[in-house]
Parts: sequence; structure tokens; C-alpha cells
Amino acid sequence: MAADPTISLRAVTKIYGSGEAEVAALRGIDLDIYDGEFVAVMGPSGSGKSTTMNILGCLDTPTSGEYYFKGTNIAQLSRDELALLRRNYLGFVFQGFNLLKRTTAIENLELPLIYRHIPRAERHRMALETLGQVGLADRADHTAAELSGGQQQRVAIARALVTNPAVMFADEPTGNLDSVKTHEIMQLLKTLNAQRGLTIVLVTHEEDVAAYAKRQIRFRDGHIESDTGPRP
Amino acid sequence: MNAFMLALREIRNNLLRAGLTTLGIVIGVAAVIAMVTLGNGATQSVTSQIASMGRNLLFIAPGARRGPLTTATTFEESDADAIAREIPGLAAVAPQVQRSGVALLGNRNRPTQLTGTTDPFFVAREWPVAEGREFSLSEVKGGKAVCLLGETVRLDLFGDSDPIGQRIRMDKVSCEVIGVLAVKGKSNFGQDQDDLIVMPLHAVQRRFAGNNAVSVIWLSVADAANIPRVKQQITDLMRTRRHISPGAADDFSVNDMQEISNMVASTTGILTAFLSAVAAVSLLVGGIGIMNIMLVSVTERTREIGIRLAIGARARDVLLQFLVEAVVMSASGGIVGIILGLLGAYSLSRALALPFIFDPGIVLIAVLFAAGVGVAFGFFPARRAAQLDPIEALRHE
Repeated sequence: MAADPTISLRAVTKIYGSGEAEVAALRGIDLDIYDGEFVAVMGPSGSGKSTTMNILGCLDTPTSGEYYFKGTNIAQLSRDELALLRRNYLGFVFQGFNLLKRTTAIENLELPLIYRHIPRAERHRMALETLGQVGLADRADHTAAELSGGQQQRVAIARALVTNPAVMFADEPTGNLDSVKTHEIMQLLKTLNAQRGLTIVLVTHEEDVAAYAKRQIRFRDGHIESDTGPRP
Repeated sequence: MNAFMLALREIRNNLLRAGLTTLGIVIGVAAVIAMVTLGNGATQSVTSQIASMGRNLLFIAPGARRGPLTTATTFEESDADAIAREIPGLAAVAPQVQRSGVALLGNRNRPTQLTGTTDPFFVAREWPVAEGREFSLSEVKGGKAVCLLGETVRLDLFGDSDPIGQRIRMDKVSCEVIGVLAVKGKSNFGQDQDDLIVMPLHAVQRRFAGNNAVSVIWLSVADAANIPRVKQQITDLMRTRRHISPGAADDFSVNDMQEISNMVASTTGILTAFLSAVAAVSLLVGGIGIMNIMLVSVTERTREIGIRLAIGARARDVLLQFLVEAVVMSASGGIVGIILGLLGAYSLSRALALPFIFDPGIVLIAVLFAAGVGVAFGFFPARRAAQLDPIEALRHE
């Protein structure tokens, strides 16, 4: 690929604890993810896939190594600098949906826009438009608790989408859903990747979920075991 | 602005809890406002009533004004005579002696105050005789057993019948009622001023007290502008008459109403401050209540905080949100408290017949204090929220 990678990890390690209780979660990861990729990160629990996800998502910092995001080394940024990075470039979708339960769908979408200081009217318009894109415009005023699991996950995807992020991270997004809903959600992600060129990094341990992605990376014991490599 | 909106949204979602939490602040602020407002009203009421006793009124009492209570020598009638004779510019001088006793008529009896004095008393105290007459010169000189009744005593003993010319008993002394005094009403200290019987000075001295003591001398100065001069002259005269050597302290005091008014005002002021301080303690308790609920709230909303952090909230955004939440709660509690306090003070002042004095200063202080309580007690929970680790917080069940 000609373009520079959006995300680039170089010799990244992560060690939890210290002394006797020291646990190495990542033992030197090198990874490039390019713009427009749909990557599935797989591996058994404890393999380091979640740790990698947290570091990629700027929720955590590596113990050593370098993390280039759009060409800037961000491995040792402060908490608040990482927060701003998440605010401006990243979107998150979680296994447990992580919506504000007693808040309406549209307000959940407006939340990241509030932190971006987008004016009220504009915020409302953007939120409604994005809800439409995930097919939930008619549920805008329902609280999260009133929506089904699949609907909640679509709201969560819309929330990650509403800020038009550079990369969307999805951590086991179908873990709480049945196979029909899983297919719906994965199809939605696939469409977003194909039509909008949204870069998606997906963490899963299910083969058939990973199959929706264009590239599969397997972790084992803090190493990358296999990588199908970037495909155009 | 954003933090403010987020906080309002959260409070709206938890309205009952927020309401109960702020109750402490509401009660605290209401108590302080009510105390201060009522206190101000009481002070004004007392001082204005004292002032209304007469700007021209002076009285001389035995004992130094400050310092330990001493058994200072009382006055004699000759002291009053000397003052009247030697000091110019006085409208009236009246010696007074007072004791308590029981007034009897038939099977009715009434414990009351017996005052022995002379006719100038009615002038100095601006207390006219409503019905009947004052003492005659011979009654005063001879200490005859005649009396004037205060309105309360008249009503209690005689009801609708005419008291003039009737005889009542005061303790063991039978006396003829020659008049009834005009209604004076409640005094500054809440006691009924009309609950008294007035007899000639000599009658009380001989028949009741058994001595020549005079406890107070009332004076009315013709022109209020002369009060400082008159006070000085009286002091000089009394020092001479009481053989006080130069340099020694006075063993009596000459008081004007302004002084008494100031003294009482400072006393009620201290009382008001004290009560307000007690009320302010409940504000503190209210603040602790807010801190408590905010801490619970932070724990409960750990996951929400994690979500906020994940979608780009910085530590300071979270801190601000929780801080604003605490301040909004305590400040709105403060506002409700002010309204309740003022309403309470208003209805209480109506009930106690005190003037209602609105003090915008104390309202401002109460609002600022309540908001300050919010900041002070909201900061610790807010900081705790802000320092949460996003990954841990997201995993929190």
C-alpha cells in the first residue's frame, strides 16, 4: 500500500503489575492498519487482544514501544491528551452497548457532540441524521432501556459514528446478541466500511464474526500469531 | 455551559434523590434566614419601643452600669428633691419604689406590681390618667392609702363595673381607687406594662417597705438637646450627695433611652448571631449529606463515567460535571431555603407582632454560602470521579 498507515505499532509491550506479580500482556507487537481497513482481532482470552484494543483506542498506554496515530507518536501522551484524541478521531462500540440507560437514543448520540462543543441545533440535526443511517430515526426519543439489544447496539454504533471518526473500535460488539442480530450488526459494520470507507477494528473470538472483516489478525500469548495482511 | 446542562439532565433523572439530598441545605438556609430576619425584627421592635418611651426620659438607678452586681445604696426622696431644686431644665422628677404584691377584691385576687411614686411620674413617663384623678398634694405628703389601677388590673378585678371610689386590698392594706391609667400595652420585653397599681411614694414606703428607700428616679428633660449637660450635672450632684471621693467609680447610673436602646439592641444582636450560628451548623450537615450522596452517585455511575471518558471527556470535564451537579443541588436548595425562610419569618413575625425586615445582604450571603457548601463538599466526590481509569470504569458492573 502506498499511503502511510493510520495506525502503526512498533515493538509495543504492556506489562501489568510489578516484581513477582509482573504479567506481560503484550510482548512486542508490530502492526500497521491503513485507512479504510476492516480488521478483526482474534485470539483466546489472555492472548493480548483486549490490551491491544485498549492501547489502539487510546484508553491505555503501552509500557514500551511506539504508537503512531496518523504519523504522530502518541505512546506517552497524558490522560487528557488521549481523551482529546478519542474525542476527535475515535469511536467506540462495546459488547455491553454502554449507552446511558435512562437517556434517550438521540441524547446518547448528542453526548460526544456536547464534548465537541457543537451547537445545540447542529448537534440535534447530526444525531438524527446518524440515527437514520442505522435505521432508528423513529426510536430517537426512546430511552436506551426501552430498546432491544440489537437496537441498543445500533444506537451505540450510531454514537460512535456521529462524530465521523477516523477509526471505529468495536469490542465484541455481537457478544450479547443472537445469531440473527449478530448478522444484522455485522452487515451494518460491513456496509459502513464498504460505503463510507470507515476504518474499523473489531475484537472478537468468533470465527464467523471475524469472517465479515477483510483482514484477520490472531493473537496468542502476547504475540501476533498470524495476520492475513492488508488488502486493498 | 455544557457541564451545567449535563448536570441539570442528571438531576432531572434523579429528581427525588436530589430533592431529598438538598433538604439539609434547604432547612439550614431557611433556619438562618428566619433567625436573622426575626432577630432583626425583634431588635428593631425593642429599640423603637424603648425610643418611644420618650427621647426626653432619663432615669437614675443605683449600682454601676457595668461590672459586678453590687448592693449599692438606694436613693432617698431627698435625692429627687435636690435634683429638682438644683438642676435647671427639668420638666418632671419622680422617685419610684417598686415591689410585688397581690391585689384583692372580694373573692378575686391578682398578683401584680405595686409602684410608689409622686405625680410627676405620670408626666415623666408620659402616662396620663384615663379616668379619675392623680394624687392630691395631701395624699402624697401624708402617704394616704389611695391608688390608681393599670388597665389590666382594673379589667381583672372590676370587669365592666366602675372602679372609682371602690376599695380594694393590696396585700393587707386597704386602699381607695381614685383613678385608672391609660393603656400602655406590652413592653419591649413582652411584659404587660398595664399590670400595676400606683400608690403615693410614702404609702408604699411606710405601709409596705418599712423604710425610706427609693429605687429609681425618673426625670424628664424639657429639651432633649440638654440631655448630655443634665446627665453630667446629675452625676456631679449625686457624687457629692453620696460622698464618692474623686477617682472612685460611680455607684449609680444615669441612663437615657438611647443608651438603653443601644444596649438592648446589642444584646438581641448577640442572641441573633448565636442562633444563626446554630442554624448554620445544619447547613454544614446539609453539605455533608450532599457529599455522601455524590460519593454514592459516583460509585453508581462508574460505568457512565467510563463511557464519558471513552467518548472523549477529559478528567476536568468529568470533574466539572460532578462539581456543577453538587453546586446546582446546593444552590437550588439555598434558593428554596431562602423562600421558605422568608415565608416562615414573615408568618412568625406576624404572629409575634414583630416588624418584618427584609435584609438582601443575608439572602446574598445565604446563596453564596450554600453554593460554597456545594463546591466544598462536591469537590472530593467529583475528583474521585475524574480520576477513574476509563478501562476499569467501563468494566464496572
